[in-house]
Amino acid sequence: MKRFTLADTPFDTTTLRANLLDERVGGYASFEGWVRNHNADRIVHGLRYEAYAALAESEGEKVLGEALEKFDIIDARCVHRVGDLAIGELAVWVGVSAAHRDAAFAACRYVIDEVKARVPIWKHERYREGDAGWLHPEP
Amino acid sequence: MARMTILYFAALRDASGVACEVVDSSAPDLRALYNELQARHALPFPARQLRVAVDGDFAAWDEAPRDGTEVAFIPPVSGG
Repeated sequence: MKRFTLADTPFDTTTLRANLLDERVGGYASFEGWVRNHNADRIVHGLRYEAYAALAESEGEKVLGEALEKFDIIDARCVHRVGDLAIGELAVWVGVSAAHRDAAFAACRYVIDEVKARVPIWKHERYREGDAGWLHPEP
Repeated sequence: MARMTILYFAALRDASGVACEVVDSSAPDLRALYNELQARHALPFPARQLRVAVDGDFAAWDEAPRDGTEVAFIPPVSGG
């Protein structure tokens, strides 16, 4: 089953959340990453995410598979936007369902951290002064 | 000699000026292949800051380039 997806248009978290809930679920944790208006002292006017789609999807699936193995959870999903985003838009969503909250929180944290570290997606920021650039943090 | 399709992303694409190109190379491994392309396009990262993928899967730098494959150099990621 596909648990990680790239979305090139805005997506609705209500449906995503509803898809994770069933009678076994006692706890649900989610993380939402939004586009903020600043980064490292620069005023940001918007950004673009680019992905190596084939590898991003397979690596994203791998991260979610690891979360299911490492933590006592029922299911986990992640959606990441690509394309042009405005300030305040949702960039990434992680949702985890579990019987109990500890595993849900821990798995949610694991997924967003690993996605940020490993999945081939790049952020291109546009600044107030008119310049723009890729973010390539040193590993 | 192997003929490969090279994919460039983000700052690597900006530097090379193309999203992909077909390249013939006798480089003994993927690290040497990257070094050739880095010199040709003045790519902004040394190989040690990158990962490399072949046909959509992460690969090791000491693998030999294979004819007909798609090779992608992955600059440091910044999703999330």
